[in-house]
Amino acid sequence: MSAQQNQGAGIMREGVFYDESTLHQLHDSMLYIRRFEEKAGQMYGLKKIGGFCHLCNGQEAVCVGLQHAAEATDYMMTSYRDHGHILARGTDPTAVMAELLGRAGGIVKGKGGSMHMFDISKNFAGGNGIVGEQVPIGLGFGFSSWYRDDGRVTICIMGDGGINQGAVYESFNMAALWKLPIVFVVENNQYAMGTSLERASAETQLFKRGISFKIPGMKIDGMDVLEFEKQMREAIAHARSGEGPILVEAMTYRYRGHSMSDPATYRTRAEVDEWRTGRDPIARLQGQMVEAGLATEDDFKQKDRDIKKAVVAVAKAAEAQPEPDAAEMWTDVYSDPIEGGYPYSGKVS
Amino acid sequence: MKITYREALNQAMCEEMARDDRVFLMGEEVAEYNGAYKVSQGMLEKFGSKRVIDTPITELGFAGLGVGAAMTGLRPIIEFMTWNFAILALDQIVNAAAKMQYMSGGQYKVPMVFRGAGGSAARVGAQHSQSLENWLANVPGLKVVMPSCPADAKGLLKASIRDNDPVVFIENEINYGDVGTVPEGEYIIPLGKADIKRAGKDVTIVAHSRMTGFALAAAVELAKQGIDAEIIDPRTIRPLDETTILRSVAKTNRVVTVEEGWRFAGIGAEISARIMEKGFDDLDGPVIRVTGKEVPMAYAANLEAMTLPSVADIVEAARVACGKA
Repeated sequence: MSAQQNQGAGIMREGVFYDESTLHQLHDSMLYIRRFEEKAGQMYGLKKIGGFCHLCNGQEAVCVGLQHAAEATDYMMTSYRDHGHILARGTDPTAVMAELLGRAGGIVKGKGGSMHMFDISKNFAGGNGIVGEQVPIGLGFGFSSWYRDDGRVTICIMGDGGINQGAVYESFNMAALWKLPIVFVVENNQYAMGTSLERASAETQLFKRGISFKIPGMKIDGMDVLEFEKQMREAIAHARSGEGPILVEAMTYRYRGHSMSDPATYRTRAEVDEWRTGRDPIARLQGQMVEAGLATEDDFKQKDRDIKKAVVAVAKAAEAQPEPDAAEMWTDVYSDPIEGGYPYSGKVS
Repeated sequence: MKITYREALNQAMCEEMARDDRVFLMGEEVAEYNGAYKVSQGMLEKFGSKRVIDTPITELGFAGLGVGAAMTGLRPIIEFMTWNFAILALDQIVNAAAKMQYMSGGQYKVPMVFRGAGGSAARVGAQHSQSLENWLANVPGLKVVMPSCPADAKGLLKASIRDNDPVVFIENEINYGDVGTVPEGEYIIPLGKADIKRAGKDVTIVAHSRMTGFALAAAVELAKQGIDAEIIDPRTIRPLDETTILRSVAKTNRVVTVEEGWRFAGIGAEISARIMEKGFDDLDGPVIRVTGKEVPMAYAANLEAMTLPSVADIVEAARVACGKA
């Protein structure tokens, strides 16, 4: 109690103090992602978003906690379930929504869509659509920091499905062999599409998957943003210290199906409800903040209305944008113009 | 200066690494062993273990490492001991390296070289003898380069290392010991430029990599028979210098393509189609393709020789093209 009084209003969590403004920031960021994803789901239903669309409702504490623990200069990459991560990273939400809608002002000019969000200005390297593909790429970012000795850490995120790819273990081996500054984060939402962890993994304690590479593992509650943020800080500090990579297993849950086309019939209603109502990361933080006297339920209701309004405005602004110019089809294939040889149209000259 | 194909590659890498500290070499046995084919001989000593790096046997992993490092602005040279093993790394080459710039709306570039020996070696069987250039040249975002002689090996590799996009650089194991004259010092051959290896007026023979030497040998035999062959080596498969090929066809009106790889959707098929589309009126007859036989490579010496194109096959094809068979 005395610590709180000394440092102003906030919440003390095992020696780490979260002040009032940080708590609001964490809360607002999670709630924004939740409402943004709901809006994306709605737009998908209206057929305004096409293709594959993987929402992260329920996993917001992981997105927000790890972003808050990392430095802006740290590198980050993830799989195709990327909206929450890029939003938490601070990318303009209108550019993210415009990308979902395939518009000119999308974060990758309408060329990537839901699965391929990139923002180099935020050191966010995708948005990768092949399960596990981002892990060797993350290895390369970590290698670059070792090569340049630039003090950056790479946070390489995968799911409990991705961790079964062989490329992950090739990467674990080299990361540990060369002591590269990488935090591998497994978002264990317990289902790889429709396959439960138990049906896919001989060792379900995923944080142990680095043991044969001498990579230490941490298992963290990914539904409690303060707990996750705090432990993620330790993981990042470990990687930054030069001691090599570390593996973090974030226990979490996705409320929606794997993608928009997945009704998720492989889970029971009771199981989903248990996570949704019993462990929801947003409700949990709200409860903690109310208990600490930092906000009232009415404050959160008002905040929710404000955020919903902001998301609607973002969707509207994104929808008002034109589709990409037809000439964009030919750009960004090669860096420099290719004389005579490209684009090869097959036209008879 | 007369040096080997392998030394030319070594010079190219050493010069580029001395010039640009963002360039590094990584692969299996490249450092302490001095390269499985000795292409990286002496490089560890010259540049140290931070820039010449031995990897575990883990092609997909270190290919992806190269992609990530290139995305941060480094310029990796990723060596595959042979391209046969790069099949394990195709996800990173095709789905990541080739598409990253496009998928990221131009934000992330991938300036890197994937290099190693391709084509058939000698008596190593099916899994170690194949040509993948048509697979890779099919992918927008990649460039595919295949030198046929020491001078081209040096000039093209230097250009590839300086290129801002991912380059697939396919060497030939049997050519590593070939000796040729290589200009000293800064010698760069722009990508996408074919080379007329022999001028002639009767038939155009388009051949790349090891088959260029076969075509040149065939031209000697054809000359004895009164057929003057023009030999064109595209050197870069993608982008393909169709201008040089079409210009030659306009002169000779007859074409033979030669490649080690399989016939179906091969490089000859692409060249034939382009000539049909853009040079149809210049043709006096159909383009004739000399290719590897469509079977996996056998071990037995006689079967191996029969599977690959021979000088005699090229001579015969040129005679057919010229209506003299």
